[in-house]
Amino acid sequence: MLTLINIELYKIFKKWRTYIGFIAILVLIPIIEFALKMEGQRSINFMTRDLQQSFIFVGNLLNSYFVSYLILNSLAVHIPFLITLVAGDLLAGEATAGTYRILITRPVSRFSIVTSKFAAGIIYTFLLILFLAILSLGLGSLIFGTGDLLNFSNGSIIVLAKNDILWRFLLAYLFATLSMGVVASLAFLFSALVENAIGPIITTMAIIIIFIIISAINIGIFQDIRPYLFTNYMGAWRAFFDNPMDTYEVVKSSLILFAHVVVFYSAALIIFQKKDILT
Amino acid sequence: MDPEKIIEVVNLSKHFKELKAVDGLNINVYKGDVFGFLGPNGAGKSTTIRMLLSLITPNEGEIRIFGKSLQGHRKEILKKIGAIVEKPDFYGYLSAYKNLEILGKISAGNYSKKRIMEVLELVGLSKRYKSKVKTFSHGMKQRLGIAQALLHDPELIILDEPTTGLDPQGMKEIRDLIIFLSKEKQKTIFLSSHILYEVELVANRMIIINKGSAKVEGKVEELLNANNLKVTFEVGDWENAKILIDNTAWVKKLEMAINGKLTFLLTPEEISELNKYLVQNNIAVNAVIPTRSLEEYFLSITQKEA
Repeated sequence: MLTLINIELYKIFKKWRTYIGFIAILVLIPIIEFALKMEGQRSINFMTRDLQQSFIFVGNLLNSYFVSYLILNSLAVHIPFLITLVAGDLLAGEATAGTYRILITRPVSRFSIVTSKFAAGIIYTFLLILFLAILSLGLGSLIFGTGDLLNFSNGSIIVLAKNDILWRFLLAYLFATLSMGVVASLAFLFSALVENAIGPIITTMAIIIIFIIISAINIGIFQDIRPYLFTNYMGAWRAFFDNPMDTYEVVKSSLILFAHVVVFYSAALIIFQKKDILT
Repeated sequence: MDPEKIIEVVNLSKHFKELKAVDGLNINVYKGDVFGFLGPNGAGKSTTIRMLLSLITPNEGEIRIFGKSLQGHRKEILKKIGAIVEKPDFYGYLSAYKNLEILGKISAGNYSKKRIMEVLELVGLSKRYKSKVKTFSHGMKQRLGIAQALLHDPELIILDEPTTGLDPQGMKEIRDLIIFLSKEKQKTIFLSSHILYEVELVANRMIIINKGSAKVEGKVEELLNANNLKVTFEVGDWENAKILIDNTAWVKKLEMAINGKLTFLLTPEEISELNKYLVQNNIAVNAVIPTRSLEEYFLSITQKEA
């Protein structure tokens, strides 16, 4: 299985589309961070204008942690698109290229083929989030330095001490990997169904956009639906920056997202095992 | 003792919604056979080959390869099969060498550089081993397809239209390779081709299928001699020859008389008999051309169905 995963990773990283996600992040993060360097202090002042009447803010509030928190918060729609570009291509790409035939006629089970491709997709997702984390925190540290993290949660201010933050980011990025793992699994499931990678990419993105819109609009019927949408649980990483941390919320969301990964992967496996290869 | 059965297909059927692609097909391929698998487009050849390689699941029937059920021993069986299915597609963004290396690893065999270069040499691609496959012509991809089929030195080689897209020289090379693999390496070869002349040249046994079911199966030689041959006599005095034939029982065997040529449907014995008759009646016979071939035989069978 390890050999197969290695081969799948080799194939993924030999395709130029794989690098679109890394290039997009490489371009986007410096732009955001330089823009915040230019305008960020004004934004911080604006955000804290009411509080400044009662409190005195000291130290470096516009720091690497604050910037990385903002970036993680704002990329919920964009990162999934970069994930689906690769995950949607994992199975359907073989169908489009006609390479299913040379792959499945080898003495290897369909279970191994699907599982190794899925594992490679999850590893790619992890690497993309890791790249985001390193660039976001690393470049942020160079430009802004570090400091305490000022966070607004449920109408209250939370100030997290400088030396109490990194582990929260570590968990937040791991949670983001799980969230994006759901996106990758969904794209993978659609990839098992069709013979062209464009379909899974568009369908997955359409579902995520629709779910996010439903989650954002506060109408009664949407509020009833919301618990059944996986996007509803993808923002639970913010809980890592609460004090005290809502462990129940984090664990519940993690389990629900993990269950989605398992269900989507299992469905893809069942479909692929029964699939007639006609391409 | 009967030779060992390598492929045994029993009552195999596959339908796609209303379309019956394969319908109750039975095939027997024996060790050492070069087995010709013939049929017009849409006859069910590729569907059958895909079922033999577990790309498609049959609706009914059983496939036994090397004496074992394909369903229960898929991995074990596929280890001993090399195949080309329809057009040769590879990872275009990888080199020919890397494609073979990857396929070797997937087959759970870590094939040495020497072995990979050996099969590339065999198909005439060793000088382009570093080139990305997307830069290859169709013919080169076809040859790479053969290389990947031979990489793990399989006992059974399944070739689905292996000469498609090749120039005449390339077609001859593949034909020679099939003969070499059969005679020198004792491989069993299952060959599907729409170029029937090629099957005639290399196969010892064959099956003709149409609309998903078998029409004829047997030894190529026997099947070719089973019916009358179409023979064209080129004669010197055509008009007199025509009059002579019209006044005898030979006229019943006459198919066509045009431009100095008389074409008959004859048994092998009748060919010499007619030749003798014409010569005895002072008709110069310049040439006797048997036009019967597997292709005509194939067409006669499949056109009956149409």
